[in-house]
Amino acid sequence: MMLPMAANESLPDAPEPGQADRQNDTQFDWVRSASPEDVPLEIHDMTVAYHKKPVLWGVDLAVPKGKLIGIVGPNGAGKSTLIRSIMGLQPLSSGWVKIFGKTYRKNLRRVGYVPQRESVDWDFPVNVMDVVLMGRYGRLGLIKRPSGKDREIARDCLDKVKMLPYANRQISNLSGGQQQRVFLARALAQESDIYFMDEPFAGVDAATEAAIVGLLRELREKGKTLLVVHHDLPTAKEYFDMLLLLNMRVVAFGPTEEVFNVDLLQKTYGGRLTILSEVAEAVKASET
Amino acid sequence: MGLRGGGTMRSSMADSLWNSGARARRRPAEGRDVPRLRFAAVSALRLVVIAFAVVAAPACFADRIGDMTETSVGEQALRFFTFRDESLRYALLGTILLGVNCGLLGGFIVVRKLSLMGDALSHAVLPGVAIGFLWNMTKDPVAIFVGATVAGLLGALTVTAITHTTKIKEDAALGMVLSGYFAVGYCITSMIGRLDTGNKAGIDHFLFGQAAAINRDDIILMGMVTALTLGCVAVFYKEFQVTSFDSAFARAIGFPTRLFHNGLMLLLAFSVVIALQAVGVVLVSAMLITPAASAYLLTDRLHRLLVLAAMFGVVTGAIGAFLSFLGSGLPTGPLMVLAASTVFALAFLFGPRHGVLMRWWRQRSRGHRVRRENTLKAVYQVLEGRGFKGESVTLLELAERRRETEDEARQQAAALVRHGLATRHGAGEHFVLTPEGWLRACQIVRNHRLWELYLTNAAHIAADHVHEDAERIEHVLGEDVVRQIERRLGYAETDPHGQPIPSMDDMRRGSGGLFGRDELQGYGRPT
Repeated sequence: MMLPMAANESLPDAPEPGQADRQNDTQFDWVRSASPEDVPLEIHDMTVAYHKKPVLWGVDLAVPKGKLIGIVGPNGAGKSTLIRSIMGLQPLSSGWVKIFGKTYRKNLRRVGYVPQRESVDWDFPVNVMDVVLMGRYGRLGLIKRPSGKDREIARDCLDKVKMLPYANRQISNLSGGQQQRVFLARALAQESDIYFMDEPFAGVDAATEAAIVGLLRELREKGKTLLVVHHDLPTAKEYFDMLLLLNMRVVAFGPTEEVFNVDLLQKTYGGRLTILSEVAEAVKASET
Repeated sequence: MGLRGGGTMRSSMADSLWNSGARARRRPAEGRDVPRLRFAAVSALRLVVIAFAVVAAPACFADRIGDMTETSVGEQALRFFTFRDESLRYALLGTILLGVNCGLLGGFIVVRKLSLMGDALSHAVLPGVAIGFLWNMTKDPVAIFVGATVAGLLGALTVTAITHTTKIKEDAALGMVLSGYFAVGYCITSMIGRLDTGNKAGIDHFLFGQAAAINRDDIILMGMVTALTLGCVAVFYKEFQVTSFDSAFARAIGFPTRLFHNGLMLLLAFSVVIALQAVGVVLVSAMLITPAASAYLLTDRLHRLLVLAAMFGVVTGAIGAFLSFLGSGLPTGPLMVLAASTVFALAFLFGPRHGVLMRWWRQRSRGHRVRRENTLKAVYQVLEGRGFKGESVTLLELAERRRETEDEARQQAAALVRHGLATRHGAGEHFVLTPEGWLRACQIVRNHRLWELYLTNAAHIAADHVHEDAERIEHVLGEDVVRQIERRLGYAETDPHGQPIPSMDDMRRGSGGLFGRDELQGYGRPT
């Protein structure tokens, strides 16, 4: 049912007529007939700008359920921005995002998030257990305190990433890989249906990486959908069911074996797309 | 969903992978602490200097509690502890409330890295204080509270406006706003001082604080703000914690992070304003930062940090009020800050985990251990040099081996004896390793030679480059790592320089078969 969204040759500068209006695109046929439960993520014509400079242009995407999806693209391709925009951390210039057929705000609890490891201060006075418990906060809502059951769940999640022995340790006394596992445990504690992970393999040793991949696959077997920002191409091919090739716009999205080819990768990582970033600079210059 | 027991992905392979990942932990913490501590030390030092400068020049601040009666220090202390004076009771109560309030808020300010914001806010309130005073030319607490809060928030807004619309970063914006608002406030204040009205007394106290001037209305205001802070922290502890630690995550789970940030700023403005009377504009930020920073050195949990910071705040507030009461003409603010800085200095020096003293002690004992181990290694080499004939080693042999004087060798031998690693024989001129000593000596030599071999074979480093590295590594290698290396090297028998690597077998033989412990079983190889 999923065709690789091989971009039209003339696409980089402007979408062809008909391509922009995806109601006419066979690519999204399945979405119209599917129930909201089977479409964990749907993005329509999303454009995002950072300080007036566009970083994502007209992103159209519909993600099927129960897939392990890698988001790859060069530096500055907007991989993190894509995730942050979906989660409402970045205002959209245009377009919309739906999670299981509703807006993000309405389906908060079905979304799990692993931010980049460098985004927090690891000297912060909390221990491993405190961080994992934060995964329960979304379900608790405001004011309510975590209960014994929440602690039990947090312990289970820590156990899953093999970090239970470290539960009482201050987070600055952990290695990079261990910190990443703590973040993963926190996301597990969210008990969500769709997960967004921003570079969960950054600064992680090979052994931990293998173990994290195992965990992600286990989640997929349970019907969870996972979108993972990844920057290493050779392993991307091996880890993910589907790949989203991104460079300021969606270059291609589809099953790994169909999308992972020299042609599309070249299109993602170089060549004509640089025109887009030049135009983006021009937009910024004209508006500030 | 079945979170527990669902770990099908965990083959034994994955198990060992996790574990070897865990091994690469430790150590970064120490290195990362240093800049933080250095920064904290510098700022504490700065505060001490300011406080001293102000104490040394008390002439400008005329009226004081000491003026009321010229009595001895002893009598003053007695009066303090019997709480006879109403003004004293208010002063003490006020500083205690202040300590709790500033400590709690300071905890969040410090972990959110907003310390400079506290400083800027406190200076920015001065114009508001002055205008509030001008309102009806008296120290009306409500008018001053309103004026100061508005000015403080205006200052915060100015900072935000500058950073959001220009490329000027927050530090520069804070610096400008801090001094700019303060200058405006100071000008208005001195104009008020020159006005020809009788009731201007007290306005100068807002610079360095005078707890004795705290009255009933001030106390009510302080009580209300402190209750508000306590309530907010108690109710929204979880929210403040997660928004401080990881604001992106907090927003992703639907928490209104902006609201909490602004709420915190508002509370901060309130507490700066109520603290003015006691501590003064110039040093308020120290009461926010210093107790919390001291607590940060002593604990790794946020709730403990808050409680400790509040306690430090109360203690330093009370001490400041007491000292100001004893001395003549001393403003309260600098004394409170001095007390807070002393607490910080104590935490900095004697803190059990991050304290300088403990760190020095740990380094020192590590140094001693390394020295002992090097002596053991030298003894091993002496024995090896004569083909392990005889067990006793003379001081002269040891001195020769280590290229030291006989006296130094004697000291080292004595250290070995003290730690039960060797026994002395004859007239103390020669000594024999105990079984423990022999075992440790073998381990060190084994570590050294295995590491050299590992570096040359596995890391392809030239054989003449590996000795120095091994000199350090030999003292830190654990038995499990050593065995991994051993296995990796196929149980090689000689190091890159052709010297034999002591095996498990050798270690047992040398120790006279005393060691039948399991931990000494070499795995994968008959011993």
